[in-house]
Amino acid sequence: MIPRLAAAARAAAALLLFAVPAVHAQELVPVPPLTSPVTDVAGIFTPDQSAALDAKLRAFEQAKGSQVAVLVVPTTQPEEIEQYAIRVAEAWQLGREGVDDGALLLVATQDRRVRIEVGYGLEGVLPDAIANRIIDADIVPRFRSGDFHGGIATGVDRMLRVIEGEALPEPERRSPAEGVPGLFQSLPFLFVLALVGGSILRRMFGRVGGAFATGGTVGFLTWLLVGILGLALGAGIVAFIFALLGGIGGGGSGSGGWYSRRHGGGWGHPGGFGGGFGGGSGGFGGGWSGGGGGFGGGGASGSW
Amino acid sequence: MRVVRVALLAVASLFLSACGYNTLQVQDETVKSAWSEVVNQYQRRADLIPNLVNTVKGFAAQEQAVLVGVTEARAKATQIQVNADDPESLKQFQAAQGEVSSALSRLMVVVERYPELKSDQNFRDLQAQLEGTENRITVARNRYIQAVQDFNVTVRRFPTNLTAMIFGYKVKPNFTVENEAAIARPPTVDFSTPAPAPQAAPEPAPAPAGN
Repeated sequence: MIPRLAAAARAAAALLLFAVPAVHAQELVPVPPLTSPVTDVAGIFTPDQSAALDAKLRAFEQAKGSQVAVLVVPTTQPEEIEQYAIRVAEAWQLGREGVDDGALLLVATQDRRVRIEVGYGLEGVLPDAIANRIIDADIVPRFRSGDFHGGIATGVDRMLRVIEGEALPEPERRSPAEGVPGLFQSLPFLFVLALVGGSILRRMFGRVGGAFATGGTVGFLTWLLVGILGLALGAGIVAFIFALLGGIGGGGSGSGGWYSRRHGGGWGHPGGFGGGFGGGSGGFGGGWSGGGGGFGGGGASGSW
Repeated sequence: MRVVRVALLAVASLFLSACGYNTLQVQDETVKSAWSEVVNQYQRRADLIPNLVNTVKGFAAQEQAVLVGVTEARAKATQIQVNADDPESLKQFQAAQGEVSSALSRLMVVVERYPELKSDQNFRDLQAQLEGTENRITVARNRYIQAVQDFNVTVRRFPTNLTAMIFGYKVKPNFTVENEAAIARPPTVDFSTPAPAPQAAPEPAPAPAGN
């Protein structure tokens, strides 16, 4: 008994240990929220410069579909610019999902470091060597003479021109995300379960008991698979009614008809849950957000 | 009898979802694909090396020892058949890749003495590719470490540990911290390693006359 208790205590301790997220010894520079293609934390742009660059990058996304963003921070310490850049890239998810056509120009003014981070989909057209040339030839010389805006504007121009040459899928408004993820995958499974399990449970526990059992099981499974309590309750009630009435009707075809009718009534609102799911990939004037593009650490860094 | 069996099946399917069977499957696949990415990026580095060695040779042929060191370390690393589930095999793989990293960092120290080489566009492109690849390796390794950690937590924590036990999923070995420090470091200046020739200052100005 004692060893088992000890083991349980150990398991609980391990659980607690893993539940606590890793705390970094030194405070990392936070990733600013992405609300526009140009994020100037360090405050080196005049409003006009920022607006012009912003408009250019938004227009480029409208025309080409590819998302290029600029981030200027004072410092990335204690991290190297590469580590910080990949954190930003993972948080912002620039570029379209699946196409991964995002790129980030990151400048750390106090560290005197600059990096171009390239999404998977642009690694072919903007390989490390080309990113390095843009940094060496266009950005760093201007930074050396103190012209931050000129360096960034020229660097962005070069990046856009290079990306322009790549054949990417046409830009399009992303359709809003499908309702509840996992619901449609598990629908057939739940249907069969309700059909088979319902009749079995009815035979085992009688009409009302079986209906309760079916409703409970279906509801619980829905909750497990989809993770939305309200939906699970609805599914359970539908299954309960179906099992109950199936018992009265007796005939298999009768209960099938009931089920599908009920089924249509009770389940047909996936749109109701789909609202506010996934941001758009940006529009004129309003907010701006990443489209779900992936990054793998490609690109180049430089210093001045 | 049939009724009971079907009922048992239904209950079993319920427990499979509840006890993390699907989570284990998903995380196992995530670990696998993260590992593929790690191997992929190391391979990318190995593919860059012959080109890099040839370019350096064109400007600094007398640095035979360093060049041979890189080539040999690469040959040894590419020979290893790694099995990521076997801690011993993973250790060997790490050690071999660590050799490549330190050989490359020695090469990059040597390169500092050849201003002509450093300003050669072809070499600069290769250097950028190498740096980019080292960074990709770091990213891939970090993602692998994270994926293995998630998987191991599922395998260990209750109640999913029971499911893992039944289906024979074991805790996977991960990259260790010492090796992390040794391998993740990009091949920059590393003066702690003994070089055959006296070390030149990192400043390019008083470079010895290279052929």
